[in-house]
Amino acid sequence: MPFGNTHNNFKLNFSVDDEYPDLTKHNNHMAKALTKEIYTKLRDKQTPSGFTLDDIIQTGVDNPGHPFIMTVGCVAGDEESYEVFKDLLDPIISDRHGGYKATDKHKTDLNFENLKGGDDLDPNYVLSSRVRTGRSIKGYTLPPHNSRGERRAVEKMAVEALNSLDGEFKGKYYPLKNMTDQEQEQLIADHFLFDKPVSPLLLASGMARDWPDARGIWHNENKTFLVWVNEEDHLRVISMQLGGNMKEVFRRFCVGLQKIEDVFKKHNHGFMWNEHLGFVLTCPSNLGTGLRGGVHVKLPKLSTHAKFEEILTRLRLQKRGTGGVDTASVGGVFDISNADRLGSSEVEQVQLVVDGVKLMIEMEKKLEKGEAIDGMIPAQK
Amino acid sequence: MASVFTRMMSGRGVALMLGGLGAGSFATSYLRGDSANVTAQEKTKLYPPSADFPDLRQHNNCMASALTPAIYSKLRDKCTPSGWTLDQCIQTGVDNPGHPFIKTVGMVAGDEETYEVFADIFDPVIKDRHNGYDPRRMKHPTDLDSSKITSGMFDDRYVLSSRVRTGRSIRGLSLPPACSRAERREVERVVVQALSGLKGDLSGKYYSLGEMTEKEQQQLIDDHFLFDKPVSPLLTCAGMARDWPDARGIWHNNEKTFLIWVNEEDHTRVISMEKGGNMKRVFERFCRGLKEVEHLIQERGWEFMWNERLGYILTCPSNLGTGLRAGVHVRLPLLGKDTRFSKILDNLRLQKRGTGGVDTAAVGDVFDISNNDRLGKSEVELVQLLIDGVNYLIECEKKLEKGQEIKVPAPILQFRK
Repeated sequence: MPFGNTHNNFKLNFSVDDEYPDLTKHNNHMAKALTKEIYTKLRDKQTPSGFTLDDIIQTGVDNPGHPFIMTVGCVAGDEESYEVFKDLLDPIISDRHGGYKATDKHKTDLNFENLKGGDDLDPNYVLSSRVRTGRSIKGYTLPPHNSRGERRAVEKMAVEALNSLDGEFKGKYYPLKNMTDQEQEQLIADHFLFDKPVSPLLLASGMARDWPDARGIWHNENKTFLVWVNEEDHLRVISMQLGGNMKEVFRRFCVGLQKIEDVFKKHNHGFMWNEHLGFVLTCPSNLGTGLRGGVHVKLPKLSTHAKFEEILTRLRLQKRGTGGVDTASVGGVFDISNADRLGSSEVEQVQLVVDGVKLMIEMEKKLEKGEAIDGMIPAQK
Repeated sequence: MASVFTRMMSGRGVALMLGGLGAGSFATSYLRGDSANVTAQEKTKLYPPSADFPDLRQHNNCMASALTPAIYSKLRDKCTPSGWTLDQCIQTGVDNPGHPFIKTVGMVAGDEETYEVFADIFDPVIKDRHNGYDPRRMKHPTDLDSSKITSGMFDDRYVLSSRVRTGRSIRGLSLPPACSRAERREVERVVVQALSGLKGDLSGKYYSLGEMTEKEQQQLIDDHFLFDKPVSPLLTCAGMARDWPDARGIWHNNEKTFLIWVNEEDHTRVISMEKGGNMKRVFERFCRGLKEVEHLIQERGWEFMWNERLGYILTCPSNLGTGLRAGVHVRLPLLGKDTRFSKILDNLRLQKRGTGGVDTAAVGDVFDISNNDRLGKSEVELVQLLIDGVNYLIECEKKLEKGQEIKVPAPILQFRK
């Protein structure tokens, strides 16, 4: 809740035992990491803007999780959350991001020229390519915590920045509140429109408050560069196009991001970033690059192969259905993207996607010919 | 003991008083410099109330009708002694614009003091919702003497079941939108302990939502007693489903005629019910049970939230006063199709719902008929009103069966003179 959680002081009248959440049926990173000792240590703390421990963990308390899927179970309310509550968040970050230590440094590399290949993914198999990330505006609290005034200020700044872009990035902003029916239908047809979150994971953290106030979608005229304003993060930036030219998608991604960042920096509100956590976002799972680079690719034979999951794991990739996270694949088409976010750079992560998808297409072709692929299975990357 | 939970004045009010910087100069320097460590208090000056005022132009609820920038500005930086704010009260109304035909309330209380600290917005909302009841001038009558009820036995050929419900809040503990886990667990402890003292036809058992066995759960479902995590965004946006199912549960007597929900939308919801048309007995048990529970919590130093302006204090302003909904499931195959049905109900100060409860449709010819009003009339008055009204409806149905004419009754007066 915005601007100070005075209610937290009142809670300190009650003992830790009385306040400690019941996490016995829970399976998420927060439930694994939280202990009574940590709770005791952190319960009377607040970030300068008033975000508290209970605010951080509420979504994880309300959503016990799934026996097979390990959700994060906590969110940040501002940049300082990751400092003030590091005793809880560091172990969660480590668990989620492959053992990333509190002393580790994250490398940022948005130099698209460092990507090798990626312009030659077989379009008979790769239907579309996409790279997304998130950015938070320094000095503003994050979606779980911000007030309407702050959210509107983020929107105002974002729209100013985006409207200043030109060339291939020239575009238009569509606020969710004032969209005409025609605009709305077009955005739906383009698969651009995002709606009020329905996932209880998001709702329980408070990020859908005041919907649709100060939320909107901006995209360029070519419909290849898209920005979501004030959904789960301040900004979600997406570069996409049909076909398999991931190199071009990544180039546009890097160039666009740089241009946007330059405008924000001019107003002394750069992006939230530090050398330990990289780009700071609402969900700890998106720290580092916040980058998910992926393709929609036809792998009907490979996807039914016994070693499919293992191949993905070794390639440091993950599969999703073509509806995005938590959906199933349709017609043998999978969304394949990088699994990592923190501890490797943007270029490295997109490289893994490019190389990994290339290999999987080779495997698919072999399987089509009835040949075995055992010799092609890679070592763990 | 209620007095143990002393309310701390938060540091926030003090800090705000100390802030002496002009908003203009401060804001400018903030925007020019690095903003990493601006405190909460400083932030409020950066965002004057006008920056935070919600956009309610598409909204149709009581809160949106009553809230003005002036009221918002006056109340935004206040909070109750436990730290509950205006924004928290109105969040559910901001998030749920409402329906063109159904006017929801659009705000909730976080504690008893909410109704005082934020009276400037709650009073007009109460007036709007409760037919002009003015908490500043009027007093609400409480009367739980069931012996005063007359004609409380309905024709069983028409009335299938009878039910009376209300809510009660435990003074000194925050309400479901605001309560911490410790407070909610305390409510559960206090109530369950009191209920374990009930005897005779009221003696029963508590089933914690988190700990019930599969068999118990199935039985409660079969009895239509089990309540589940709220799905209505009206409730979830108000924060009352946090930490589900921690400290939630259902208590009922062995005869399954007296039922209490713990920590759903209110601290307690108390329900007396039975099949058939003996509303008098249902209300008698209701009053007796409530008085017994009150007595049992008083023995341990607790009491219900109540005052003479607003009656019983509950989470939603729509349930102030008696918090009472007395109703029947009644078969009205002919009257239900008559074009005058709605007008008759209106004049009798009754409402119809489907047999699944609020926001459901009627199935077959069976209607849930209950009292509209909650505040400004006593429990006895409202139940009598329901009884007289349902008897009238049954008379109409019988007349229609014989092909006779029915009349729309004169409208009932709103408040006692």
